[in-house]
Amino acid sequence: MRKIGVKEIEDMAVGAAVLGTGGGGDPYIGKLMAIQAIKECGEVEMITPEEVPDDAIVVPSSMMGAPTILVEKIPNGSEPFRTFDALEKLRGMKVYATMSIEAGGLNSMIPFVLAARRRLPIVDADSMGRAFPELQMTTFHLHGVTCAPMVLSDEKGNTVSMDTIGNKWTEDIARAATAVMGGSTFMASYAIDGKTLKKACVPYTASKCEQIGRAIREAKERNISPVEAVLEVMGGFELFRGKVVDVARKTDGAFVRGTAVLEGILDYKDQTCEICFQNENIIAKVGEEVLATAPDLIINLDTETGLPVTTEGLKYGARTVLISAPCSPQWRTPKGLETVGPRYFGYDVDYVPVEERVSRRKEMK
Amino acid sequence: MKNWRIGIDVGGTNTDAVVIDEKLNLIAGVKNPTTDDVMTGIEQAMHRVLAMPGVDKEKIGYAMLGTTHCTNAIVERKRLNKVAVLRIGAPAAVAIPPMADWPEDLKEAMDVKYYLVGGGNEFDGREIAPLDEEKILECAEDMKTNGVESVAVIAVYSPVSDKHEKRAGELLRSVLPESVSITFSNEIGSVGLLERENASILNAALRDVAKVTAESFVAALEEENIKDAEVYLGQNDGTLMSVEYAKKYPILTIACGPTDSIRGAAFLTEMKEAIVVDIGGTTTDVGVLTNGFPRESMVAVEIGKVRTNFRMPDIISIGLGGGSIVREKENGEVTVGPDSVGFRVTEKALCFGGDTLTATDIVVALGMAEGVGDPDKVSHLPKEMLDKAYAKIKESVEEAVDRMKTSAGDVDVILVGGGSILIGDDLEGAAHVYKPENFGVANAIGSAIGQVSGQIEKVFSMEHTPRLEAIDIAKNMAKEEAIQAGAQPDSVEIIDVEDVPMAYLGDAVRIRVKAVGDLKLL
Repeated sequence: MRKIGVKEIEDMAVGAAVLGTGGGGDPYIGKLMAIQAIKECGEVEMITPEEVPDDAIVVPSSMMGAPTILVEKIPNGSEPFRTFDALEKLRGMKVYATMSIEAGGLNSMIPFVLAARRRLPIVDADSMGRAFPELQMTTFHLHGVTCAPMVLSDEKGNTVSMDTIGNKWTEDIARAATAVMGGSTFMASYAIDGKTLKKACVPYTASKCEQIGRAIREAKERNISPVEAVLEVMGGFELFRGKVVDVARKTDGAFVRGTAVLEGILDYKDQTCEICFQNENIIAKVGEEVLATAPDLIINLDTETGLPVTTEGLKYGARTVLISAPCSPQWRTPKGLETVGPRYFGYDVDYVPVEERVSRRKEMK
Repeated sequence: MKNWRIGIDVGGTNTDAVVIDEKLNLIAGVKNPTTDDVMTGIEQAMHRVLAMPGVDKEKIGYAMLGTTHCTNAIVERKRLNKVAVLRIGAPAAVAIPPMADWPEDLKEAMDVKYYLVGGGNEFDGREIAPLDEEKILECAEDMKTNGVESVAVIAVYSPVSDKHEKRAGELLRSVLPESVSITFSNEIGSVGLLERENASILNAALRDVAKVTAESFVAALEEENIKDAEVYLGQNDGTLMSVEYAKKYPILTIACGPTDSIRGAAFLTEMKEAIVVDIGGTTTDVGVLTNGFPRESMVAVEIGKVRTNFRMPDIISIGLGGGSIVREKENGEVTVGPDSVGFRVTEKALCFGGDTLTATDIVVALGMAEGVGDPDKVSHLPKEMLDKAYAKIKESVEEAVDRMKTSAGDVDVILVGGGSILIGDDLEGAAHVYKPENFGVANAIGSAIGQVSGQIEKVFSMEHTPRLEAIDIAKNMAKEEAIQAGAQPDSVEIIDVEDVPMAYLGDAVRIRVKAVGDLKLL
């Protein structure tokens, strides 16, 4: 167990934006909410998955919706409490701890808001090891844990409880409800017992976020390349460097889909890189050659600051380094790839681990 | 032919003026102390530069003013109007109050009144809640009682639908006198409530500062019988805007000083890659010259540590200038700034016979600023204190330069601005330190060579016009606008393209394009 205060949250928010892989929502709003909560209610206790008793119940607290909506429509603040109250009542149980559903982006911060205000410990783990756009895209799903029964709440005070026959149904129904509720909702879902949690989670990802954030901060302080520092902490690879020449995006209810085109600079001059995203970066290509695909992490970093550039932050003229890092091994199983592989997102491409793609390309050169 | 320009830069300490001919040759330049009322300083600088040899007043057809007053006001937390924030969005927008991550001292200095009322829109244009008109009227009465001078109105999703902001404006107007100005957030920034709100609050707070500055300029020109000149104010992207526009949107003048000084420094040195350090009387701005242009910031831009969503030059502003007040604490620690005597440096500083120890006194006492003030008046200062203060000054500039670097290697540094006497040529981390001739008036030169812009904002239906085609149409329209605004056609470039999908209108996208070009002379 260790204490998480304002300073840790600041670093974690930066790392969470990196693991957001272009989406997941800017953790900024969540960070402000978490800091406000910690200032008012005190530091949060963070425990390892091993410290959770086998029969204790852990419930992730998260948000659903388009990240572009949250930066404009700030929440009310009471939503996460309403979801936990309703879920405890619905299932007749007491929640032992909360955790992040996804380590990347805004949802890394939301459970800290709840943990501070409800005085619940938070587990140093998540169910993605990054950010993903859909509710069934969790390692819990791979272990047969269901998202429902779950509770959804909006800022207006509407609370929706649902039970479903499968996680994809939960996703579809919750997504539709979220659009009707104004595009951004809070959730209490994926209640999981401690025993299952230990094998089904992606462990220590909150700490990983903190390490990445700290690496960027310290690199800047020591005037060394923050991009290198991020690659080192993540075990990642540089794929491309370029200038954004076009960004096309489309919001349909709760998703932002689109493509960004980078015109190569330095070593990549005369090459053009296309990145397709569905909230998160899904696939990066130069011409027909695939550089990386989901579920591996594909991230744009600012060439100078090393800070991640989200898909909504991509602007004409921005200079970025495109990097990639291997995903959690749980995703590289057949069921994992069926859930979050390139084909799920509509790309007729076989999944090849990014480290293999990188070494193949090196050999060809 | 009236194709000469007069460029003026009002700084916290000095008001600089230059006259430039049609081939962009510098004909004359002067530095004049900025005065308390601003106007006198502008008049004096203008009068002096127009009287310089070689200046033909009859040829002046363009007048440009760049001012750092708005930035100074925020950094010094002075001369700001009393602002009320009316946030429209409850039951949403409750979790984070306005100014949540502002510096505490700025928050205190501004003493903003905050009101939250029901209303606002969803992303698709539906209402979150009906606009609480009754509560707005109550708020307006309370604002009146509390002597609010300027109101910032921010509704959730006002960039998509401005109806609630507009209606709130009408309701406020029905209670508040004409003298209270209203800033509507949808005219200030784009989607991103907190950043747009921050920019709107600052815009509201700067009302008087901008008004005084803009009106002074027009009046001073008239005084000099320059009546038919095209008058422009510099904005933060290095382009020019009309006086009326500037009075309404003072926030857009923020950081035009640094942009102008970077462009001026590039013009004077003909360098294309360097870090530009502009030391004024109150603040030092550090920016980066990349390929001859100011490097733009990629992340949310901070103004006086306040996060906004403007596209702006990447600048670090520190509270150091020639007029920065130097203090020695009881424990022997020496502090420099961030408060400054500003334009009063030539009366307040010890070396000018005043009673305040300033950064200028330190370099004069150390014998580093020949010809400035009277060294005898500061000869009594203990060497140890001087060394400590100088180390502080140098360190703070070095740190700022360092923060702007992209790698650990040394870079070329160009020093401009009247306060650059504070720094010698041995800056750590600098390959070479350049102080170009006329370094003192780099800002005014940058202001005078400012470009003009054309901006277009239009909603296209993707059903009728494919996206790329629509962007091309918008680009051409923006270019045409820039040419209409007076840009040389072959110099026009697109600098910004943004498209915002408007889900509630079906397959529609709002496209915003900005084009800039050099001013075409008659």
